[in-house]
Amino acid sequence: MIPEAFEYFAPSSIQEAISLARRYGGDAKFLSGGHSLLPMMKLRLAAPKYIIDLAGIGELTQISEEGDSLKIGALVTHKAIETSDEIQSRCRLLAEAAFEIGDPQVRSCGTIGGSVAHADPAADYPAALLALDAEVRIEGPSGGRSVRASDFFVDLFTTALQQGELLVAIHVPVLAHNVGTAYKKLRQQASGFALVSAAAVVAKDEGGKCTHIAVGISGVGPKAFRASKVEESLLGKTLTEKNITNASHHVTASVDVQNDIHASAEYRSAMADLFAKNAIWVAANRAE
Amino acid sequence: MAQKYLGQAIKRTEDPKLVSGLGHFVDDIKLPDLHNVCFVRSIHAHARIRGVDTSLAAALPGVVKVFTGEDCRGIGSIPCASSLQGLKVPHHPVLARNKVRYVGEPIVAVVADSLYRARDAAEAVSVDYEPLPAVVDPEQAAAPNSTFVHEEFSDNVAYVWSLVGGDVDQAFKDADRVIKQRMIHQRLVPAAMEPRGVIARFLPGEKELTLWSSTQIPHLMRTQVAIMLGLFENRVRVIAPEVGGGFGSKLNVYGEEALLGFISMQLQKPVKWIETRRENFTATIQGRGQVGDVEIAVKSDGRVLGIRYTVLADLGAYLQLLTPAIPTLTGLMLTGAYRIPNVRMDVTGVFTNKVATDAYRGAGRPEATYIIERAMDLAALEFDLDPVDVRRVNLVSKREFPYATATGLSYDSGNYEAPLKKALKISQYPRWRRHQVKERKKGRYVGVGVSTYVEICALGPSPAMPAGGWESATVRIEPTGKITILTGVSPHGQGQETSFAQIAADMLGVALEDVLVLHGDTGVVQYGIGTFGSRATAVGGTAVYGAIQKILKKGMLLAAHLLGVSRREVQFRDGKFFLKNDPTKSISLQDLALASYTARKLPPDFEPGLAAIYFYEPTNFTFPFGTHVCVVEVARETGTIKILQYVAVDDCGTIVNPLLVEGQIHGGVVQALGQAFMEEAVYDEIGQLITGEFTDYAIPRAGDVPWMQLDRTETPSPVNPLGIKGVGEAGTIGATPALVNAVVDALRPFGVRHVDMPLRPEKIWKLMQKETS
Ligand SMILES: Cc1cc2nc3c(=O)[nH]c(=O)nc-3n(C[C@H](O)[C@H](O)[C@H](O)COP(=O)(O)OP(=O)(O)OC[C@H]3O[C@@H](n4cnc5c(N)ncnc54)[C@H](O)[C@@H]3O)c2cc1C
Repeated sequence: MIPEAFEYFAPSSIQEAISLARRYGGDAKFLSGGHSLLPMMKLRLAAPKYIIDLAGIGELTQISEEGDSLKIGALVTHKAIETSDEIQSRCRLLAEAAFEIGDPQVRSCGTIGGSVAHADPAADYPAALLALDAEVRIEGPSGGRSVRASDFFVDLFTTALQQGELLVAIHVPVLAHNVGTAYKKLRQQASGFALVSAAAVVAKDEGGKCTHIAVGISGVGPKAFRASKVEESLLGKTLTEKNITNASHHVTASVDVQNDIHASAEYRSAMADLFAKNAIWVAANRAE
Repeated sequence: MAQKYLGQAIKRTEDPKLVSGLGHFVDDIKLPDLHNVCFVRSIHAHARIRGVDTSLAAALPGVVKVFTGEDCRGIGSIPCASSLQGLKVPHHPVLARNKVRYVGEPIVAVVADSLYRARDAAEAVSVDYEPLPAVVDPEQAAAPNSTFVHEEFSDNVAYVWSLVGGDVDQAFKDADRVIKQRMIHQRLVPAAMEPRGVIARFLPGEKELTLWSSTQIPHLMRTQVAIMLGLFENRVRVIAPEVGGGFGSKLNVYGEEALLGFISMQLQKPVKWIETRRENFTATIQGRGQVGDVEIAVKSDGRVLGIRYTVLADLGAYLQLLTPAIPTLTGLMLTGAYRIPNVRMDVTGVFTNKVATDAYRGAGRPEATYIIERAMDLAALEFDLDPVDVRRVNLVSKREFPYATATGLSYDSGNYEAPLKKALKISQYPRWRRHQVKERKKGRYVGVGVSTYVEICALGPSPAMPAGGWESATVRIEPTGKITILTGVSPHGQGQETSFAQIAADMLGVALEDVLVLHGDTGVVQYGIGTFGSRATAVGGTAVYGAIQKILKKGMLLAAHLLGVSRREVQFRDGKFFLKNDPTKSISLQDLALASYTARKLPPDFEPGLAAIYFYEPTNFTFPFGTHVCVVEVARETGTIKILQYVAVDDCGTIVNPLLVEGQIHGGVVQALGQAFMEEAVYDEIGQLITGEFTDYAIPRAGDVPWMQLDRTETPSPVNPLGIKGVGEAGTIGATPALVNAVVDALRPFGVRHVDMPLRPEKIWKLMQKETS
């Protein structure tokens, strides 16, 4: 690791972190788990002059229940999400997505706040957060605000965060027991990130008709997105394998599909259909 | 000799220090006033250098000096040891001067008082490039209208080499069918866990240059660096401390090694350079890189009468130590384990604007095995025969050894049927074949791949090698009876600190703990050749054996003298010299050693001390062999491959330590899996390495590795007294075709007869989109 020189700060409160960020503006970067930022600094693709390490801000590491949602602090690690009883029993989808991230070392260091703020188009959480209709809680120099996941991910590595704003927590809904969810991922062989991944949240009535469906897709385009065409065509329908298969076509129809040495656009699109179908099918079977 | 340790699964004595972080790799070595070197490397595959401006960099704080190619004119060319007829050897400077010829070629070296300042200064250097068209594809390189990588030559052909045995043209006339197939052996990145690294310290008073380098060949490197720098060889000391993997990539002499020495002499300061992963991808040699056309002449019963292989070898921009020699090893092993009397191989080695290729685990033999083992499957497909039957028809039988191949080798010993039989039994081969038929009807695609390989090891007899193929050992019985072995090989993961101690402990009847194996320091160890080509135990271990024989011979003389009898009346066993007819009269090795050093009572004309040096010259290579069976299922929906079973039955001659053998097979198979399914150095049309980091270059992870069922047969080699053949590369050589054959077999319903590696999911998926036949 041979980065350019930087100055290092370790604030102990959210306010302190925000005021440091305000003071140093575009030259500053928050440091969370470091598992996206440090590799970029090592390659000198990023060279922040000021590093504001969030590790000392205790309140960002909490998972707590707030009304009918779980509040997950920005510094909660992938490992904590994967293994937390609360998340496993109330929002299993997120735990499943966390389990699919990288390897044990990455999961022990990386954090949900860092991953979401980084907005890698092939990261695992975005698909899950979109499907969950999660909210991102932000604090900044001019106060706090909440942004829906669907408004948060703007483009490739670009989010709704303004300069100097700190992501403090993610709010995910506590899911009713009869709601089924599933996360399915096809890994890019080298990086382990998603070549394609699909997160599905499904509820059905007693007759087996779909009463709620949300499908998030990562890895395919410049940002994670909702497969709304698929959702529309399944809502109100019986969740048979045939119906799901028929609906899971053209998942990527309105998306600028990535084409690179790891997969052609053609393969990615086909896999998006397949993994959407698989995720919906498993979620539908888990729904009661 | 007692067999207390030999053949036992003894845990590596190297490991406690390594797993507890107490080992010393180059980067762990601390010297006072150590300065750091960082390189400015070419960002173009091919460009003229119009100018280099180092003024900004030189003015930065902490920067001691900035070296350009001009400053290094006095350093000799980076060596190529190969001497093929007609070989064009371009000048290979340590720092590029007028032209750069691959992305990653070093242009400037910056020295500063910290790593960070050196890196900052390297970024402050500006190089004015005039980009030139890059020669990337080897076929393009061979085309008459191609740009030249080296203007001084009239084309990009570095050499043409042919090997002919028997009467190939007649064989093709006699054939019932001629089968042709183009096969590509993609370029691979060796990806050792520890990248390269060098520390150089010149002591002006002693006039001694010490180099710590992560190398497989400390002695050869010492000689070459001394030549490059114009130093006396005995004033250069090379130390290979712990080396975190080489796989052939450190069987080389690199420009950085000589350059760091030069810088240390110029500045009279110790300097260090540790390769970054990105540099390792672009500036350390790569493996394979052959594009070839294979033709076999086959009879309808599957008998192969002859084989032709016409190949372009993608050498890269410059010749490293053994670059041109690697494809010639492919030629030698082209007929595999089979009785194929007619062979012809034509290699054209071409320059391209890429980093050089050179030895990578297997070095030319995985290519040969892949070709012949794929060809066997193609023959089976052609005549609708079982691939195992085709192999059986062609295998050299155990009565034919030593077997003279059409390529001019003499296979030392073998029983190729034995591991085949065993592997088929363990895998329950017929059951898989039945299963496969059933599964196909259900739309599931199972494939079975077999490879009955033979490889060439224990490199090798000196006449076949550029710089000697022998190996050396000094064995010292210290005055207290402890045993010190100095071996000329340079283990870096193979475990010879353990296995050589096993050999010595049994031969001398001492405890394993009493034996210390030292290696990798030219200031301590007599000249040696090094570790590569699966040679260390077969050749280096035999040198240890030879030295101990010498010691025992001398010990007998002294023992007889001390016991007051004649030499013929003394025997040695279990650490004791004793009288044949009265074993109660004895002297221990320990007492004898002490007596030899105190030297009060020695026979006349007897040299004091108890040590011997032995240089062992093998009379032949050795030829390990085996059978690998792989069963896969390929998912039509995604093209992903699942390994259902992997069986490897290997015969590497006498086994010193089964744990070490299994470790080598495991690692080798995993690297084969990397080549077969995942790995490929991908360059774009302007010669940029797209897969220049682990985010884009896939190597197998723990989760990708199948459970391996290992077994063995043991056919000793007659070449050396211990019967050892070697096993360092067997896994990589035997496994690649088994893996690919299995997948191609699974794809048979889709009319597929061959797929080039790596078999990545999308490639497979595309092939499975059409209807089955
Ligand atoms: C080998 C490896 C494999 C990986 N595999 C995967 C994978 O399979 N799937 C996957 O999803 N990810 C993967 N990752 C990425 C990993 O999950 C990272 O941990 C994550 O993307 C970033 O989280 P972090 O806590 O490490 O953030 P950091 O690296 O510390 O920060 C990332 C960015 O977010 C900003 N930031 C951090 N925290 C905040 C905050 N609270 N508010 C505002 N901005 C903030 C930083 O300034 C920086 O720009 C992998 C990483 C590695 C190294």
